[in-house]
Amino acid sequence: MSFFVDTAGIMLVTPLMAFLAILAVGKRMKHKGGEIAVAALAVNLVWATVLFVMNMTEGVLDQTTFEIARIGSGLVFELGWVVDGLSIMMFFLVNLVGLLVFIYALGYMHGDVRVPWFFAAFSLFAGSMLILVGAPNLVQLIIGWEGVGLASYFLIGFYWDDLDNVKAGNKAFLTNKVGDVGLVLGAIILGVTIGTFDFASLAEAATEHAEALGAVAVVGGLLLFFGAMGKSAQFPLHIWLPDAMAGPTPVSALMHAATMVTAGIYLMARVFPLFENLAEEVRPLMVAIGAITLFAIGLLALVANDIKKVLAYSTVSQLGYMMTAVAAGGYTAGLFHLFTHAFFKALLFLGAGAVIHAVHSNDLSDMGGLRKHMPTTYWTFLVGSLALAGIFPFSGFWSKDEILATLGTEGYTAVMWIAIAGAFVTAFYMTRCVALTFFGTFKGHGTPHEAPRVMTGPLIGLAIPSILFGAANIPGVDWPGIGNFTDWLGVRVVAMGDHHAEGIDYALAGIGLGAALAGIAIGWLIYGKDRSTQEGRDSFEVPGLFPLLRRKYYVDDVALGLVGATSGPVARFVDWTNTYILDGIVNAVGGATKFLGGIVYNGVDQIGVDGIFNGLSAAADGAGSVLRRLQTGRVQQYASGFVGGVLILVVLFVFVI
Amino acid sequence: MIVHQFLILAAALFAMGVYGLLVRRNIVLILLSVELMLNAVNINLIAFESMLATPQAIGQVFAIFVITVAAAEVGIGLAIVLMIFRNRRSANVDDLNLMRW
Amino acid sequence: MTFTDWIGEPVNWVFTAIGLVVLFAGLRVVTAKNVVHSALYLVGALGGTAGLFVLLSAEFVAWVLVLVYIGAVIVLFLFGIMITRAPTGLDEGLDAEKKVWPVALSVAVFVAMAWSSIESFEPTVLLGTGEATSTELVGESLLGRFVIPFEVVSFVLLAALVGGITIARRDLTPVEEEERAAV
Repeated sequence: MSFFVDTAGIMLVTPLMAFLAILAVGKRMKHKGGEIAVAALAVNLVWATVLFVMNMTEGVLDQTTFEIARIGSGLVFELGWVVDGLSIMMFFLVNLVGLLVFIYALGYMHGDVRVPWFFAAFSLFAGSMLILVGAPNLVQLIIGWEGVGLASYFLIGFYWDDLDNVKAGNKAFLTNKVGDVGLVLGAIILGVTIGTFDFASLAEAATEHAEALGAVAVVGGLLLFFGAMGKSAQFPLHIWLPDAMAGPTPVSALMHAATMVTAGIYLMARVFPLFENLAEEVRPLMVAIGAITLFAIGLLALVANDIKKVLAYSTVSQLGYMMTAVAAGGYTAGLFHLFTHAFFKALLFLGAGAVIHAVHSNDLSDMGGLRKHMPTTYWTFLVGSLALAGIFPFSGFWSKDEILATLGTEGYTAVMWIAIAGAFVTAFYMTRCVALTFFGTFKGHGTPHEAPRVMTGPLIGLAIPSILFGAANIPGVDWPGIGNFTDWLGVRVVAMGDHHAEGIDYALAGIGLGAALAGIAIGWLIYGKDRSTQEGRDSFEVPGLFPLLRRKYYVDDVALGLVGATSGPVARFVDWTNTYILDGIVNAVGGATKFLGGIVYNGVDQIGVDGIFNGLSAAADGAGSVLRRLQTGRVQQYASGFVGGVLILVVLFVFVI
Repeated sequence: MIVHQFLILAAALFAMGVYGLLVRRNIVLILLSVELMLNAVNINLIAFESMLATPQAIGQVFAIFVITVAAAEVGIGLAIVLMIFRNRRSANVDDLNLMRW
Repeated sequence: MTFTDWIGEPVNWVFTAIGLVVLFAGLRVVTAKNVVHSALYLVGALGGTAGLFVLLSAEFVAWVLVLVYIGAVIVLFLFGIMITRAPTGLDEGLDAEKKVWPVALSVAVFVAMAWSSIESFEPTVLLGTGEATSTELVGESLLGRFVIPFEVVSFVLLAALVGGITIARRDLTPVEEEERAAV
């Protein structure tokens, strides 16, 4: 069985091979390359499942690296893969959700113009994500990080005929880039300090409280967190995620709900020993930012009219939950929420995609009463919403409760109450969304119909984990033979200690559940009744707050203004440099060449070379004029010459010889 | 009589013929000068024959040949002069300078 | 032999006389201003030459010279002069203007020939009053040893005859050409 551990790197490679294969032969295939993509992830899922089960039963810890380059005798650049509890969990998550989304995409993207490119870019994304989560060191992580950013850019701007989509792709890429500055700087600082980029070495150095590392740990940790902020859409770098909904819905489901955005949380978890031991000063900041993200952005979902935007803001809010949890010290809590959230958020997105597919519109005002027209979609969407709201016994309840518990035990009580309020808000906006979409009467055009089986299949496939996977981490429950989620995650080079509560805090669980149920109730009261128009149903307004929410707290405007203000002068400076300095040099060279050319032309050519030739021809001309006199046509002159010649010969022969 | 006197005489005649060839403008007079030169050659031949006294009188036979050929040449030459005169209306050799550069 | 010896022989007086005639005539051939006079002076030169031939016991050749040259050739020349409408009177434009080169060349030719003649030959005494070369001898030689040149020369004469007629033929007028074609 160690075969699977040794060859785990195959998971990193198959999607990339699929990428190349789809580019090569995709458009000739029946499903335009989708088959290749699905096949690649199916193969991967086999490995991932085996490894997951192996980790559940006996724990897997291994790392395989190949040395690529070496600077002097110090820093080594290696590529490879690490299989431990954390990466196996991510492998399983990415491959399972990915496979279901890919199958869904076969149906959703059917008939689109550029399907081969879609699956190629999607496979590229999958490969990059696996490279990221399987990275044994910071360098490979950054490689995967950039890879998912690139694929995200391609896929957000997939419908590039509409300029807004291209702009959204640019916004995502550039906002990520801002964060990436921090990531790369942080990686360099930490790597150079301890002499290696390897995570295991970093973890060991951190737990041993190494001196050198201690000096830079805060800075390094802060920079790494900054990178995570960009990728995981923490406030204020969250602005790209709602706009990223311009991409096709499968993309939103996989990348911007389950996997890519979780890379930041994953990074924080990977370098958790650093934050636990040496960089504790950063953690309050992280918690604060996570809390702001959690609550403020969650509110934005209240006023969103696009169904995907509602889910996008919800995703950002949940990422805030994860970040807060991990920052507070809840290694298991944050990651468990990541795990459950992936399933139900992907489910919600795919459901939204089915709705959009049926109604041909993203806008809530075109929906309503779809419960009757699309029953499977309705039930799975409902399951996802309940999981997201955190209702017992769905998976979301258990993971959210874990977070609340961690916040409480670690002493972040204020943040805990914010999180409880956030749960209320979450339930409220999801109720709004479900009510406006599936209840009442249909307000759109045409007749909506249920999605094809290739799309509803994955919906059901994701609904089941949304219901059941919560059981993996019930506090105090240790499943026989396999332990629980905490144990599975704990298998690392530096074993992550027990961060798991011993028993359920019923009070806290009750309060959390109560907040969620209250949100649903109040939401139903306000949005449940049917009116003649969707706008009529959506007319609930909190004065002062809602207008601010509609302007998204003016954060987007600030960001745009900053970019404009800085890049304007820079662009002008570059232009000046180009016109006067660079062009000046080029013009000077041109002028000098012209001058030299003039010299050569006038001096060398006109006088010298032409002189030679003119001289030659003048000589020929002169010789001709002279010699011409030999041929006058006058006989007597010829005769004289004749006689003269004979005379000379006579003299020669008689007297000389 | 010595042979030299005839040779010198012939040389003088020949030189005169050359002079006439180069100076005269009328084509007929040029031909006349050529006849003079041929005559000088004949004198030389006969003088040499007398000096050498060959058994077959080679010099004299040769002189006869020269005379004969000269006669033929004069015939042709005058025919040509006639044609030139018909075409160019002039017997002046300076007018026959068409073959020039 | 010395000059006095040479003068002593009467043959040489005859020679001198005839020689002077020939030279004078030759000179006048090339310097006469009258074309016909030139031709007639040539007759004189040729006559003198015939006399010299007799002195050199080449009687047959002398007679051939007189008959052919003077009798036929000069007559031909006179016809040519008349046909080419040369002015039969004085003609000033007969000689070329620049005479320097011709004079120089002819003098050079004379000097070269005379000098080489004197250098090359011994002053052999020629017997002037000996037996004349018999015509029989000349005839035998002409048709014996030199029969091929003889035949060739006759060809030359034939060619000259035919060529002369062809060259000098008058172009047919269009009327005559028509008549010719109709026949």
